[in-house]
Amino acid sequence: MDVALIGWSRAQFALTAMYHWVFVPLTLGLGLLMCIYSTYYYKTGDEKWKSTTRFWQKLFAINFAVGIATGLILEFEFGTNWSNYSYFVGDIFGAPLAIEGIVAFFLEATFFAVVFFGWDRVSKKFHLASTWIAVFGATLSAWWILVANSWMQYPVGMHFNPETARNEMNDFIAVAFSPVAINKFLHTVLSCWVLGSAFVVGLSSWYLLRKRHIDFSIRSIKIAAIVGLTATVLTALTGHYSGQKVARHQPMKLAAMEGLYNGKNKADIVGFGVLKSDKVYNDGKDPFVFKIDVPIPGFLSFMSFDNFNSFVPGIQDIIDGYTLSDGTVYPSYEEKAAQGKLAQQALRDYRQAMKDNDEEAKIINKAVLDENIKYFGYGFFNSPEETIPPVALTFYTFHIMVALGLFFIAFFAIVWYLNKKGTLQKVKWLLWLGVISIPLAYITSQSGWIVAEVGRQPWSIQDVLPLSHSVSNIPVANVKTTFFIFLGIFTIFLIADIGIMINTIRKGPEAVDESKGY
Amino acid sequence: MDYGFFQHYWWFLISLLGALLLFLMFVQGGQSLIYRLGKTDNELKLMLDALGKKWELTFTTLVTFGGAFFASFPLFYSTSFGGAYWMWILILLSFVIQAVSFEFIHKKGNLLGKKTYKAFLFTNGLVAPILIGVTVSTFFFGAEFTVNRCNITDFDNPIISQWNTNWHGLEAIWGSTLPGGFHLWNVVLGLAIFFLVRVLGALYFINTIRNEEIESRARKHVLINAVAFLIFFLPYLVRLLLKDGWTGQTNYSVVVEEYKYLNTLFANWWMIVILLVGVVGVLYGFVLGALCKKNRRGFWFAGTGTVLVVLIVLLTAGFNGSAYYPSLSDPNSSLTIANSSSSLFTLKTMSVVSLFIPFVVAYIAYVWKKMNFHV
Repeated sequence: MDVALIGWSRAQFALTAMYHWVFVPLTLGLGLLMCIYSTYYYKTGDEKWKSTTRFWQKLFAINFAVGIATGLILEFEFGTNWSNYSYFVGDIFGAPLAIEGIVAFFLEATFFAVVFFGWDRVSKKFHLASTWIAVFGATLSAWWILVANSWMQYPVGMHFNPETARNEMNDFIAVAFSPVAINKFLHTVLSCWVLGSAFVVGLSSWYLLRKRHIDFSIRSIKIAAIVGLTATVLTALTGHYSGQKVARHQPMKLAAMEGLYNGKNKADIVGFGVLKSDKVYNDGKDPFVFKIDVPIPGFLSFMSFDNFNSFVPGIQDIIDGYTLSDGTVYPSYEEKAAQGKLAQQALRDYRQAMKDNDEEAKIINKAVLDENIKYFGYGFFNSPEETIPPVALTFYTFHIMVALGLFFIAFFAIVWYLNKKGTLQKVKWLLWLGVISIPLAYITSQSGWIVAEVGRQPWSIQDVLPLSHSVSNIPVANVKTTFFIFLGIFTIFLIADIGIMINTIRKGPEAVDESKGY
Repeated sequence: MDYGFFQHYWWFLISLLGALLLFLMFVQGGQSLIYRLGKTDNELKLMLDALGKKWELTFTTLVTFGGAFFASFPLFYSTSFGGAYWMWILILLSFVIQAVSFEFIHKKGNLLGKKTYKAFLFTNGLVAPILIGVTVSTFFFGAEFTVNRCNITDFDNPIISQWNTNWHGLEAIWGSTLPGGFHLWNVVLGLAIFFLVRVLGALYFINTIRNEEIESRARKHVLINAVAFLIFFLPYLVRLLLKDGWTGQTNYSVVVEEYKYLNTLFANWWMIVILLVGVVGVLYGFVLGALCKKNRRGFWFAGTGTVLVVLIVLLTAGFNGSAYYPSLSDPNSSLTIANSSSSLFTLKTMSVVSLFIPFVVAYIAYVWKKMNFHV
């Protein structure tokens, strides 16, 4: 396939996904806080809680529309730009998207209308219930999308059907509740709560620095700091479990995350490092210009396999083949590629046998196919280098994500403690740090997705289908054109979104109270 | 219940979702009328407030329609979306600018100004119905593609569904490689849908907004657009019933059948009954809206009628062995519900999920009623 077409199709999908992910985490994070503030209002009847809820809801609504607009494009881009993918695994992958629409998206959209337009028009109880239901719908929506994404990272619950030349689902529970999906959902949604909390703490800090809306800000921070602290700790924990899943199912991604080319027992985690740009996977040279390890011997082994002495494979081991400490043997690239090519030839022969009505040939080729199907995707490669993801991007974004994650634990803990003591207002540097924490939360969140998606290259579905064979056959000039159209439109809407938010923030909560709309 | 049952069940659900989507596009119809009906700022605000409570429902139905089509007929999803690229991109872009415009138009600091967002809303109201109508028409008049499942193992050219024109979807209007190059009937249905949703939009304003000026103008536009709709739709319907169609065979080949769609209706008397009830509902709704000055319920009659008519039209495309996506390049590549559906296991699993649909409809109706305060 045309390399430029694959590149531009990837760029377009990445662009849409990254813009979408500017808006979604705030929807989920701010949504939860909105629910809590609204519950306080319902329980106490205190108008100040209502004012707090309405202000954050106003910002939520500004952000919400662009989120669903970019989400629409993302859903349909699987068809427009990745048509081969859509056919080859659509039997499995389509189901979570459809379920999302039926059971989650309608819930979200229907009840958000009540949340936005229902103030003083429906009962307080119904409004509160609608708020929780809408946010539950948004979170449920995230569940099904993350089930779909997790399945691409860890394809389970399926078999290959040569009659239709595609993968077909045979175990829905395995797809919907795979351990990778559960963990990814928890990690992602918790990280959204972190971002939502950072957003509330950051803006409230700005008000405190300006000595405006002090009661409102302290009230907002009181809840957001607790949610943020709890969510950050749990994000770290689920991140650890994510790492363990990656170690088992996507070892190449883990090796890229750590810049690990040659595996070892008692492997250490790199705390900080700079990679050489000219590293070749099998040149035996040190991949780092310099690095500082975390001073806990065997920490990477422990984080990956719960054992400080375990063997963690590097990129060269994965290509050459290796054996884990528990005795599990992983074949080399050459063996996997050979099996993949056998499987593909068996599929061709099976399809020919179908045309010839040759039942015996079908049985023989089906047996060969079943035996080698596990590495079907490796048959598409020409060289082992093609199986290595962009190491530098994966490595740096992973370390940025982890470092900022640790920062947020400390940040929320200090903010919560000082706010509880009533001295937060006096600590100016922390308030400024609060303001800065908003972009930092976005950087953390985007970095996490870059690790997840760039780290699994070159696969669209791990070991099953590479990007090169997933793409639609659109002239590259067309994809370039739509890329720039999307870039222009999304950027304009992002600027407008920020402009409206700044305007609303400048006016403050009182202005929202006075307005008749939401 | 065998594989065929589930394939038909899912085609029914897709048709139902498509019919509901078309009804809910009264929002687009309303948007296309904002320049005509909203002469003052206050009138415009009333209209946008009325539509603003409902646009998400249309949007959500579109997303669900896409997801359900993907899950139940993935070969259509990959063939049509990956091939008719520009047609789908234009439809989607028009919805993107719509979603944002509803939220941003009245906000300060919105960068582009109110006039631009108003123009965006009008654009969506114009483009989406026409292009969706054109696309639906390709279910009967075909598209230019080929399908070869074994291509996946071809190293250099692995694409399963290939599109055969460089216009990538726009040839459904102009640029076809076939003689003539202009797809008159696709355009006719596009315009019919455009005028239909305008009628529904005007009826929705009559139903929701308490403003004499808007109501009076809306009633006038019900009449104008209803006549325009009938001028385009009736010839299309006659053409559809008299034209040949493509029928899938058990060996996956496809043959041409005379009066295919008429035969489908004759073979299923209940479809004729529903179609007629739908037509009566649509016409009755038009009459109530255009001529009965005190009656505001035309929206519900025309809306229900629209759902029934579109449901039957879409069912006709796929039932009775019809190729619902005929290939003009290679008839044997045509998609039928038998050769393009998901596996039996997936359809069964999704069918369990579909049992939630009545529950979804119930809470939407409940919230609609609860939030049905007049603006």
